[in-house]
Amino acid sequence: MSAEVVLQTERIGRRHEHLYFALRNPKVAIGLAIVLALLLLGLFGPFFLSDSPNEYVGPKSEAPSGEYWFGTTYFGQDVFTQFVHGLRSSYLVGTLGGGISFVIGLAVGFTAGYRGGMVDEVLNMITNVVLVLPALAVLIVISSYLEVRGVVSQAVIIGIFSWPWVARAVRAQTFTLANRDYVDLARLTGKRSWQIIVREIMPNMASYLLMSMILLFGGAILFAAMLDFIGLGPANAVSLGTMMQQSMAWSSLHLGMWWWFVPPGLAITLIVGALYITNVGLDEVFNPKLREM
Amino acid sequence: MLELKHVWKSYRIGALGSKRLTAVRDVSIDIAPGEVLSVVGESGSGKTTIGKMVLQLTSVTRGEILLDGEDVTAHGHAERKAYYRKVQGVFQDPFSSYNPIFKADRIFETVRESYFPGVKRAEWTARVEDVLQGVRLDPGSVLDKYPHQLSGGQLQRMLIARALLLDIKVLVADEIISMLDASTRIDVLNLLGELKERGLGVLFITHDLSLANYISERVVIMRHGAVVEAGATGKVFTDPRHPYSRNLLASVPQLHRKWSDGTAEPEALEPDGDRDVAPPPLTEVDEHHWVAAAP
Ligand SMILES: Nc1ncnc2c1ncn2[C@@H]1O[C@H](COP(=O)(O)OP(=O)(O)OP(=O)(O)O)[C@@H](O)[C@H]1O
Ligand SMILES: [Mg+2]
Repeated sequence: MSAEVVLQTERIGRRHEHLYFALRNPKVAIGLAIVLALLLLGLFGPFFLSDSPNEYVGPKSEAPSGEYWFGTTYFGQDVFTQFVHGLRSSYLVGTLGGGISFVIGLAVGFTAGYRGGMVDEVLNMITNVVLVLPALAVLIVISSYLEVRGVVSQAVIIGIFSWPWVARAVRAQTFTLANRDYVDLARLTGKRSWQIIVREIMPNMASYLLMSMILLFGGAILFAAMLDFIGLGPANAVSLGTMMQQSMAWSSLHLGMWWWFVPPGLAITLIVGALYITNVGLDEVFNPKLREM
Repeated sequence: MLELKHVWKSYRIGALGSKRLTAVRDVSIDIAPGEVLSVVGESGSGKTTIGKMVLQLTSVTRGEILLDGEDVTAHGHAERKAYYRKVQGVFQDPFSSYNPIFKADRIFETVRESYFPGVKRAEWTARVEDVLQGVRLDPGSVLDKYPHQLSGGQLQRMLIARALLLDIKVLVADEIISMLDASTRIDVLNLLGELKERGLGVLFITHDLSLANYISERVVIMRHGAVVEAGATGKVFTDPRHPYSRNLLASVPQLHRKWSDGTAEPEALEPDGDRDVAPPPLTEVDEHHWVAAAP
């Protein structure tokens, strides 16, 4: 190896090194490609299609054709339009629900781990209570009492219940990092607690935070699909889960209308699977020991 | 200049802070400008805790710490920040003092952000190079490097340089050379000597008596959180009065003596008692020489 090559890799630097390895990792590349492709479809698709996915637009129970790409439902609704709108709401639930639980998890974890003492014990107790709550049962109860069930309220409920494991992991890591001397040194430089958390502690767990963000996102999508499927989905919108629920309710399986339930089911599997693959890939990137030689 | 008056520290330990551990008991010390005061003692004797209280990284349970006659306890962030302009610290582990994912010279940048936001970049670079030369480091070879690319000695000297950017009065140096190898130790130690010439007061925390002897005029020997002997270094070293000090001195390996020559039996010491009662008072046995009375 010549000296030039060494110099060049040196120049990539440690920060860019991760990005470089991440994009070269096939798992990350494939996973991200799938997630992004479906995101783009959900984001921009609705602009080219009807605004009301529940409209009865064509013949009933049509198989896929040039006009109705994914066929039509038992009632003559366009499955592709529903699918694209469903993708949109699934991503919305994932982003919002995952985002809310990420923010709560980080806030609780960092506060508990950094402050320690009484604050920590109280927060830790709350975390443990939420952790052992049978979240599904609680969600079912809450969802069934809500007057208007929308995508947003569903996401908020999911967000409020799925943060504890993030909080626990963040707290544990913060405990370790907060005892490093550079944290004390930052205090001696007149930095405030939140500045120390954001600038000294958080960067050291960036990889972990990224990975938990992805998992929360996927988890929220899956959770929402589950709620939708048992009939607690949004009443005013179409989601991948409600599509599944409708198709099952009208026995598409028996009628052989595979085009009704396969797209939403496949999309959920693809999104969650792709997120999982991305995470495994990222794990390899951040833990060089796992990198395939 | 810096004065600790009857300072106590109890840590809350156990579930819900149910138990207390008294780490520092009734310690009174003072440091004058241009003086290195050594605090010596075995592991767990409370030395680091004293340093942390002086640096306000942990609260004082009882007693007070004064700087130029004023209580230092900061009320609010601004006061605390102002205090750190005058009092700074360097810690034991150079590698833990730097955030490993950032370049080492970031420690200078954060000082600029906090204390000198108005200073122009070029002028700041000049100042940094100046203090680096002051601690005899070549700016070109330590700037723009990651901590793992530098040696422990270089890192410790950079931390001292960082403190000097702030025009401080007191430096708390907690075992700053215990993790360095012998050849770089003496350089860093001599650097402390130079700080003393500049008029700084240095609180030099160590468990190594010979280092204390080398660098400081006055020494404080601690055991179980309390001072057992204090005074002029020469007196304490030539004429240790407390059995604990004698044991400490006897346990220092000496060049002309071999282990095979046999080791002296250590003297019996009284065990660690109730830490919540005041420790035995110090009595002046000689000029500038105080010893804790036998209980
Ligand atoms: N944050 C803390 N919480 C509870 N107990 C503590 C804490 N920090 C220190 N202690 C206890 O206080 C006592 C004194 O600790 P300190 O670190 O001051 O000792 P030291 O003299 O610096 O020892 P060493 O030479 O090992 O550094 C020890 O018994 C230690 O366990
Ligand atoms: Mg210590």
